[in-house]
Amino acid sequence: MLFDYDVLRLIWWALLGVLLVAFAVTDGFDMGVAALLPAVARNDGQRRQVINTVGPVWEGNQVWFILGGGAIFAAWPALYAVSFSGFYLAMFLILVALIIRPVAFKFRSKRDDAAWRGRWDAALCFSGVVPALIFGVAVGNVLQGVPFHFDSDLRPFYTGSFFGLLNPFALLCGLVSLAMLILHGATWLQIKADGEPAERARRFGLIAAAVVIVLFAIGGFWVSNMDGYQVVGGLDPVGPSNPLRKEMTTEAGAWLANYSAQPLLWLVPLVGFAGAALAMLGLYARIGALSFLGSKLSVAAIITTVGVSMFPVILPSSSDPGHSLMVWDASSSHYTLGIMLIATVILLPIVLLYTAWVYKVLWGKVRESDVNKDMY
Amino acid sequence: MIDATLVELSRLQFAMTAMYHFLFVPLTLGLSFMIAIMESVYVMTGRTIWRDMTKFWGLLFGINFAMGVATGIVMEFQFGTNWAYYSHYVGDIFGAPLAIEGLMAFFLEATLVGLFFFGWDKLSKVKHLAVTWLVALGSNLSALWILVANGWMQNPVGSEFNPDTMRMEVVDFAAVIFNPVAQAKFVHTVAAGYVTGAVFVLSISAWYLLRGRHEALAKRSFTVAASFGLAAALSVVVLGDESGYTITDNQKMKLAMIEGMWETEEAPAPFALFGIPDREAQETHYEVKIPWVMGLIATRSIDQEIPGIRELISLSELHIRDGLLAYDALETLKVDENNAQARQTFLENQEYMGYALMLKKYVEDPRDASDQQIAMATRDALPNVFALFWSFRFMVVIGFYMIALFGLAFYLVSLRRQVPRWFLRVAFLTLPLPWVAAELGWLVAEYGRQPWVIEGVLPTFLGVSSLTVTDLLITVAGFLVIYTTLAIIEVKLMLKYIRKGPEEEESADDPARLDERFSPAFTRPQE
Repeated sequence: MLFDYDVLRLIWWALLGVLLVAFAVTDGFDMGVAALLPAVARNDGQRRQVINTVGPVWEGNQVWFILGGGAIFAAWPALYAVSFSGFYLAMFLILVALIIRPVAFKFRSKRDDAAWRGRWDAALCFSGVVPALIFGVAVGNVLQGVPFHFDSDLRPFYTGSFFGLLNPFALLCGLVSLAMLILHGATWLQIKADGEPAERARRFGLIAAAVVIVLFAIGGFWVSNMDGYQVVGGLDPVGPSNPLRKEMTTEAGAWLANYSAQPLLWLVPLVGFAGAALAMLGLYARIGALSFLGSKLSVAAIITTVGVSMFPVILPSSSDPGHSLMVWDASSSHYTLGIMLIATVILLPIVLLYTAWVYKVLWGKVRESDVNKDMY
Repeated sequence: MIDATLVELSRLQFAMTAMYHFLFVPLTLGLSFMIAIMESVYVMTGRTIWRDMTKFWGLLFGINFAMGVATGIVMEFQFGTNWAYYSHYVGDIFGAPLAIEGLMAFFLEATLVGLFFFGWDKLSKVKHLAVTWLVALGSNLSALWILVANGWMQNPVGSEFNPDTMRMEVVDFAAVIFNPVAQAKFVHTVAAGYVTGAVFVLSISAWYLLRGRHEALAKRSFTVAASFGLAAALSVVVLGDESGYTITDNQKMKLAMIEGMWETEEAPAPFALFGIPDREAQETHYEVKIPWVMGLIATRSIDQEIPGIRELISLSELHIRDGLLAYDALETLKVDENNAQARQTFLENQEYMGYALMLKKYVEDPRDASDQQIAMATRDALPNVFALFWSFRFMVVIGFYMIALFGLAFYLVSLRRQVPRWFLRVAFLTLPLPWVAAELGWLVAEYGRQPWVIEGVLPTFLGVSSLTVTDLLITVAGFLVIYTTLAIIEVKLMLKYIRKGPEEEESADDPARLDERFSPAFTRPQE
């Protein structure tokens, strides 16, 4: 094998982050645009204009989510099993939103009926707001630890409840996530739309950017006092993936340990703030490209902040800390991680290449006068 | 012990969502290729009628594709939400083809499908054609990887149980990809998809021809469907995936059940044309047999024996007892991972450990099982023979009917005669049949795999997540409501667009005039 087991685990931890960031940066603006739809587009022509800014690309963007699911299954099977079954009803809500979304895009303009279109617009808004909120709530719960344990066969048991997910810190994270994606959708509309919808989106974007900065800061202070998880012993970075063989403790402020050890990491959350500020500046000065760059940076850095704060923990267990899932004990086998890396190294550049080509072909603003030629 | 209601509801939800998803998949597989063929003719001949055909069938393709994508998302995540122990147990192998499917196939089709619809004015003819072909290629590659994953559930090659991680792990990835069961399934499934696409186009074209509407478009579409459909219908029967059923014990069981064949027959085995399999009496009543046929279909030989159900059941009892040795050794290893003797015992018997797990349905620790409980677990190896026997027969009958239909259609169109009205009516009424055959095929494949989720490795009931019955009731009801609503909307929209017909004029027969009218908009854009 080209790489040692611990190196491969590290690479796959990073790739997991890359996939989540790619999903949030691409599909994030689709969700933001969908969430903003009723607020920024007031008549049917404007709605079609706004929908068409994401119409040709959302389907490809959504694959980052599907791929994320597949990659977690392949590289972190224990994480896939515990988190998706543990967050069962929350996951169901996300699935409902993601089932409705493709259909809403495709079916909305297929009938010339205001009530029909109004219902699909509401469905689109739901499909943008709900996943954005739930993803944040899920991250909020992960940071606090999730009540789960394994039996000796490694069968996972989740002992929390759906409403237990809706605690104050998790809701705060949900709002950060929602504000961040609304900002991202608003800056996308600066590049891809014009006229009233773009102008309204600009105003919403300014508010969303301010909300991101304030709430992300509050979240940061909260985390600095929260119980983080630390390994006491028994963890071998090249050992078998069995999460029952280590000991862990919780300690207030432990989520900041990585930053004390490696102060350069402070740059990550800093970019989270700076990106949002840059987006604000771009919106204020009406420089679309600058605002979109800012929101991209902010989205990427806020997600990365969660990852680097928790490393090497992936999913902490609040009921049995020793059963937490770690980078070193929750991965696939050495062989599978190697094969998957080879597949990724070959295929991902090809994906990026044709995705870039598609965006290039579709370059330019979508105007209200264009929409009748197109399909949505 | 695991709640039996939870298991039944989890299975119901999976069956429901998977069968629903597969209403859209075969049409995507077939129609994408047919559209690519039509557009190729347009690009080669420059006749705009072929572009109109591409756009019209492309519109229906788009409605179907959206539903396929929407329902496919559920499939990707449902292993984790509802089959958590399964996901832990086999994720090391099963996850990889799903992830590669996303990277290699789904990305391709989903990213480019937007350009298919939005790119007519933005791309040159040839580039747009390339996009269409890549969408078709993407959807077919997608089927390949999904069936590699599914084929592994039927024939779990290239993997071993690792006592340190308490799960199956890959030892030979090439074996997983080139699994003969997976390859047979892939060819059979995509060919069935092509038949579905061909029937869809043939049937709707026949409807237009019966009504005398859009005749130029309908005639050409009818011809494409007849030729494409004939090739596909022949492949789907000749490359039936029962050829994979001779490989493992459980696949053999599936074959024996399909046949209602209780006793091992001398080679080559006969094919039961009719019969009423009786699970209790363990025999098939009123059997009508055709000699040799089953032996030929299943083994492609005249001298290979196909074992009967009774022989296979008695084998599984032996496997359970061997499996218990492995299970016992594994329990020792859990507390003492360095016990060399236990490791040795485990390695010698691990092949059958899954059979010991079957006992967990009746007793917490399989080692405590009584002889009676072992007998009960042995009997579980036998699913509903009657359902499989008849599902298979209906599927096969539809398969042969398709060959006849497309053979005749091809004969009629290649003679360039007027296609008789009765034939158009038959073609129109055939519309639902490919879907019926496809769903029956999956029933045979997946229901026939029971009681295993991974054949010989993991019993289905053990695979579920630790959820409550209430959780499942909420989501089963939720999916039922959403899927029913969407099905109604989808069918209504399809009907609306079929009734409305293609956008272009009725006088589309005159290609020269149309070319003149439409060509300015479709010349190469400035580079």
